[in-house]
Amino acid sequence: MQFMLLFSRQGKLRLQKWYVPLSDKEKKKITRELVQTVLARKPKMCSFLEWRDMKIVYKRYASLYFCCAIENQDNELITLEIIHRYVELLDKYFGSVCELDIIFNFEKAYFILDEFLLGGEAQETSKKNVLKAIEQADLLQEPRHEYFAVPVY
Amino acid sequence: MPAPIRLRELIRTIRTARTQAEEREMIQKECAAIRSSFREEDNTYRCRNVAKLLYMHMLGYPAHFGQLECLKLIASQKFTDKRIGYLGAMLLLDERQDVHLLMTNCIKNDLNHSTQYVQGLALCTLGCMGSSEMCRDLAGEVEKLLKTSNSYLRKKAALCAVHVIRKVPELMEMFLPATKNLLSEKNHGVLHTSVVLLTEMCERSPDMLSHFRKNEKLVPQLVRILKNLIMSGYSPEHDVSGISDPFLQVRILRLLRILGKSDDDSSEAMNDILAQVATNTETSKNVGNAILYETVLTIMDIKSESGLRVLAINILGRFLLNNDKNIRYVALTSLLKTVQTDHNAVQRHRSTIVDCLKDLDVSIKRRAMELSFALVNGNNIRGMMKELLYFLDSCDPEFKADCASGVFLAAEKYAPSKRWHIDTIMRVLTTAGSYVRDDSVPNLIQLITNSVEMHAYTVQRLYKALLDDISQQPLVQVASWCIGEYGDLLVSGQCEEEEPIQVTEDEVLDVLEGLLVSNLSTPVTRGYSLTAIMKLSTRFSGVNRIKKVVSIYGSSIDVELQQRAVEYNALFKKYDHMRPALLERMPIMEKTATNGPTEIVQTNGETEPSVVEPKHLPPVTQPANQANDLLDLLGGNDVVPVIQTTMPTKPASAGGELLDLLGDLSLSGGPATAPASSVPTSQPSFLLDGLSSQPLFNDIAAAAIPPMTAYNKNGLKIDFTFERANPNPNVAVITIHASNSTEADMTEFVFQAAVPKTFQLQLLSPSSNVVPALNQGTVTQVIRVLNPQKLRMRIKLTYTLKGSPVQDLAEVNNFPAQSWQ
Repeated sequence: MQFMLLFSRQGKLRLQKWYVPLSDKEKKKITRELVQTVLARKPKMCSFLEWRDMKIVYKRYASLYFCCAIENQDNELITLEIIHRYVELLDKYFGSVCELDIIFNFEKAYFILDEFLLGGEAQETSKKNVLKAIEQADLLQEPRHEYFAVPVY
Repeated sequence: MPAPIRLRELIRTIRTARTQAEEREMIQKECAAIRSSFREEDNTYRCRNVAKLLYMHMLGYPAHFGQLECLKLIASQKFTDKRIGYLGAMLLLDERQDVHLLMTNCIKNDLNHSTQYVQGLALCTLGCMGSSEMCRDLAGEVEKLLKTSNSYLRKKAALCAVHVIRKVPELMEMFLPATKNLLSEKNHGVLHTSVVLLTEMCERSPDMLSHFRKNEKLVPQLVRILKNLIMSGYSPEHDVSGISDPFLQVRILRLLRILGKSDDDSSEAMNDILAQVATNTETSKNVGNAILYETVLTIMDIKSESGLRVLAINILGRFLLNNDKNIRYVALTSLLKTVQTDHNAVQRHRSTIVDCLKDLDVSIKRRAMELSFALVNGNNIRGMMKELLYFLDSCDPEFKADCASGVFLAAEKYAPSKRWHIDTIMRVLTTAGSYVRDDSVPNLIQLITNSVEMHAYTVQRLYKALLDDISQQPLVQVASWCIGEYGDLLVSGQCEEEEPIQVTEDEVLDVLEGLLVSNLSTPVTRGYSLTAIMKLSTRFSGVNRIKKVVSIYGSSIDVELQQRAVEYNALFKKYDHMRPALLERMPIMEKTATNGPTEIVQTNGETEPSVVEPKHLPPVTQPANQANDLLDLLGGNDVVPVIQTTMPTKPASAGGELLDLLGDLSLSGGPATAPASSVPTSQPSFLLDGLSSQPLFNDIAAAAIPPMTAYNKNGLKIDFTFERANPNPNVAVITIHASNSTEADMTEFVFQAAVPKTFQLQLLSPSSNVVPALNQGTVTQVIRVLNPQKLRMRIKLTYTLKGSPVQDLAEVNNFPAQSWQ
């Protein structure tokens, strides 16, 4: 995977994970143009498109678009499963996740993603193990130093 | 100083902003507070501040002043700090900034931390954004962790190793020993990441690939794991809709693909398991289809037996009928890949594919179109063409050009009759006429010329089409050309194929003149019509009207039209005796490479129409910029950019244009195009017949002009020697001789020249781009100048000496008087 973007129906970015080295300017340009392209797609269209020289896989969950750019050799259908697995992880962690959870706890969304994928590939295929790791790591967080306003669970 | 506000507090506040300006104000205020907090080196709240900064960064605001703070967080002992610090590093830093290198030491320490979650953070960061330097420094640590028994770390180390290998391929070898027993792990995370690592290694290195095939016996191991996944019962931990660990299955199938490709033994060893997966996988959900898809790709790529291949194609055929458009999409993509090798099997699904032309999704339509064209053959041409023409009528504009070209190609290959061919072309021109590619016009003209018996029919149909609609330029151009050629057939009503129409000469001229004045006609089209009108002067009986039109356009504002009209006028006046011969019917054209867009390029047996090997040429992508530099230096206005050794480019339309470009250099013997010297194998013979880029005119008669030294500085000396081009005495041929008296070679030597506008200059390719040291040899290069007057020149030299690039500009004014007589 080259990158993953999460954005709302209004085009606001909620998460951006880049696995290729690009300048800030390039990232912004890609984000802007890709978001526009995906938002312009009609609901009946398929989840895959060729954009520039990349394959894009996207899926909408409620008000959020999950959009990945994969390599030419990657399997589009399994990427849909990867996206779905990530959503399931978020859902389990936050308890019926919604966009607001991801807005207010964006750093946790990143932590979860980083326990699921590494360098663009899945590092753990068991839902249970990913969630366990996050749980343990959360426990390591020094409580007197909370920048959390609410507890982890 | 009060504590900085909490992260969630900030987020809430910013979200209450009603305008962009309000938001910006809040952000600026907070950034200022964060900045002063950073300045105070506050350890307690650094984490909170960086987190807030990351949020603002996501909104699009600059956050670079937080980069160093991330490093401080990473170096902290607190886990919370490290977590945010590493996240910040991954978001704000990348390998382009030097700052990121400062992380290396921290990462090294954290890779050896006592807490596995800290080690995990370090591995993750390194594996996501580590630069090549970092990877080099830390590869050893990663390798160590690859051998640990802790599966949590082992899986991360494997993916980190993948990243290291991608960044520094030479390090691949060092990870080899650690891969030995990766696949005997039970842990699925480790298995999955190990397969990814093995895939990366096999893809990158053929040696690794054969090592894993033969020595490690990877295929049986993978087959065993895959079999267990399929046969074992329900495993709650890895189950997805009834399938056990689909992610791992897909990766294994992909690795098998690489191992089995071009290898009979491996392919045979995996035959059974592939058949098993293909037949037993549940297809009701996406996840099952994902596995089937990967299986199909593998079957098609390895040396599988035909039964298995048929099975694979049938799976794709079933995919095509699936309600899920994503499945249809991947089916079409895969079929496109296999249509060449398994043509007959794919043909069986032709009707389903053609149905996909009507799909709503753009990507599916495109693939269906490409696949349809691939499936057209002599047997199904009529039926397929009907569908494709219908598609052309109704499809989006973005498809029309490709579809039209595809139709033309297919028609040319498989047309059952000439008449059908012409009819098909007419259909395309009338329905998608404005989308047809520019190069189709000359191709069509050639096709029509060569279909001798259809001339009358063709011109009649084209004439009728013009009466209906003159807006589609390619149609209009082809039509005007035909009417110009075959107008006599049109008026005489000779058509056999259909009812001949009654047309008078005046009516035809009305139509053509109409094109000349219409706003819809482009200049090119006007050119076509004027020429057509002129040609009719030998085919029609009344020339007076034509003479009048031609003389009117002699004062047209459009320079091209004016020139044509003036020349035609001259034809009427002074050269009337030549007119019939000049305007005679075109003979049958041979289809040569000069008409095709890509064949002109030196192929060297390769298929890409690419530019000549750069090492023998001055870099052709740069001349535009550098020529401009020279232009600036010579004071802009009075300089002509150098025509460097011309690249073999796509000729604009008809082959003649390429010659025209260089025609005004008044060089006889034709243009010297691509340098023959740099291409070792045989040239396509047409344009380059008998031409080489070496000085063509070594005329003895020119010996009178003395040589001169144009430049002599820093050990580089450039002499100019002169010859008169024979037989054109207005062209001076200058040969530059570059010699190097320093101790080291000058490499990447590029010589460029610019001359005032009154001259024209052509620079041929140099003998080499290395000037050997100590005057051991010279680089020569030929310049041809068209020069009626005193010559002056500005030259630019670039080369690399002892590793450093050198660039110099000089003016050359001391040309000997004889060089411009």
